[in-house]
Amino acid sequence: MTRMIMRRLLIGVFVMWGAASLIFVIVRAAPGDPASVLLGPDASREQVARLNASLGLDRPLLVQYVGYLGDVVRLDFGESHRLARPAMGAVFERLPATLELTLAATALAVIVGLTLGLVAGGRPDGIVDRVVSATTVALQSFPTFWVGIMLILLFALGLRLLPSAGVGTPAHMVLPAVTLSLPFTAIVARLTRSSVVEAMREPYVTTARSKGLTETQVLLGHALRNSLIPVVTIVGLQMGALMGGAVIVENVFAWPGLGSLIVDAVANRDYAVVQAATLLIAGVVMVLNLVADLLYTRLDPRIRMDGGS
Amino acid sequence: MPENPAGALLQVADLVVDLPGGKSDLRVVDGVSFDVPAGTTVGLIGESGSGKTMTALAIIGLLPGGAATGGQVVWRGEDLLHAGPTRRRRVRGHEISMIFQDPLAALNPTQRIGRQVGEILRRDGVPRGEAGRRVVELLDRAGVPDPVRRAREYPHQFSGGMRQRAMIALALAGRPSLLLADEPTTALDVTVQARILRLLRSIQERDGLAMLLVSHDLRVVAHVAGQVVVMYAGRVAERGPARQVLDRPAHPYTRALVRSVPAVRTRTALAHPLPGAPATPANRPAGCPFHPRCPLARERCRLEVPAIREVGPDRWSACHFAEEVLP
Repeated sequence: MTRMIMRRLLIGVFVMWGAASLIFVIVRAAPGDPASVLLGPDASREQVARLNASLGLDRPLLVQYVGYLGDVVRLDFGESHRLARPAMGAVFERLPATLELTLAATALAVIVGLTLGLVAGGRPDGIVDRVVSATTVALQSFPTFWVGIMLILLFALGLRLLPSAGVGTPAHMVLPAVTLSLPFTAIVARLTRSSVVEAMREPYVTTARSKGLTETQVLLGHALRNSLIPVVTIVGLQMGALMGGAVIVENVFAWPGLGSLIVDAVANRDYAVVQAATLLIAGVVMVLNLVADLLYTRLDPRIRMDGGS
Repeated sequence: MPENPAGALLQVADLVVDLPGGKSDLRVVDGVSFDVPAGTTVGLIGESGSGKTMTALAIIGLLPGGAATGGQVVWRGEDLLHAGPTRRRRVRGHEISMIFQDPLAALNPTQRIGRQVGEILRRDGVPRGEAGRRVVELLDRAGVPDPVRRAREYPHQFSGGMRQRAMIALALAGRPSLLLADEPTTALDVTVQARILRLLRSIQERDGLAMLLVSHDLRVVAHVAGQVVVMYAGRVAERGPARQVLDRPAHPYTRALVRSVPAVRTRTALAHPLPGAPATPANRPAGCPFHPRCPLARERCRLEVPAIREVGPDRWSACHFAEEVLP
């Protein structure tokens, strides 16, 4: 178990290096540079060049890259010239809002998705199964920003039940969290359904039935835990995607999290902030995946024993 | 027809099982009748596809979805095929229980052995501590050494034979009167097979349990069963007392089966394998389903389905020419 964690952390170092390198290249490959954005369209070429030089952006890319990696290793993520403060500080300030949103969406997706998947999978081709199947296909195909706007139109503008944007009360979280969770809920429901259907065909389920258990007892007592393993894996992986989805949802609902910070930073060519935020998200995703792996070793004693030596 | 309705614990009468097939339903069990008197062991013999497992599943009510049944499964005077789902469920585990061919697949990989064995007790409201003690006792009786420790282990930590012992403990937890054992030793090593059979026989004798032993293996059945039912292509070919049926078969199929097994009757090293492929419910020949493989087959066998009839004291055969087979 410890060896498994150590190995995963070592791989994690390489993943972070890859993520840092990739985002370093991407922000610089995008047209425009920080100085011209900061100084505006009226600035002269010399002014732009002088500012870029003072930001160290006139050096050869390789030199910048090595310097950047050296800084990252020393946990120095650079200054945001635009916000005039350390980039990671700005990112950390926004992290709680995004985590809050992501966790709320995950909780919703897991609770609703698992329940729907269980009910649908417990009676394949039943009425619930058919409704769930149709709905989940639809949910997965709608783009998040569109769903967000539709929900605002319906619940905020139409029914006037919920606030359309901003933060403050728990009610403010409902629409963004639901929007973010819908495609995720669909994935969890579909996966749970298929894995419950599969588990219900296992011989040990026949054994459970031979004990005179009711179908519900068989479903919850025997099929559920065995079908959770793939679900836990996908939840871990999807939470990374969810943080990506949060970037869009936060912008639709003016939610002051990492997503809106990143979009601002990209628009302003604020390289340090984009890089710091990306690295942080990569780190969080990595940790979540590790947690998912540890969790399913808890669920399946066979994996626990194999890796435990 | 069962000859002594009052005496039998279980009477299977004209049992029919249809499974949904590609174009039409498949009749996998066709008019099967036999009795299991209380405290006795009946062996159900047949090749794969003979319908023996489906017969057992029909008795306990665990046929796959979409299966349709006909005839009667009379349990202590009550027809289970026409009982409600709640009644059927209550019979399972408490009155009739079942053990399966592959104990690794039949045990839940994510639960400790003790919990699986004791589940039926816990569901019946036995307190945790008491259930734990009974589980240890059950495992001990099933011959699992160090039962206190092993109750806390998972199925993958058990050997094949130990898993089947745990499965037997599980099946006995609800104090059933009938145990259906579906190929209980097929997945095990030969040396382990004998020990499991001995265990089943001793439990059966000590508890006065009735047992239906389903197997393709004549040696297994000869070892424990008092009565045997030989099935072929979903129908009963022959039934009667085990020793008599194996010594003096009254059906050419039984005779061929006995001859195909090296160690049971003959002492020659070479057995006589059955010619041809077994008939299956999907392509059951007209007339007697065994006629294409039968050395005695003649015109009547191709045309007329033989009815099962009494050909000697307690000897029943579905062969037109049973008298010729009986030596």
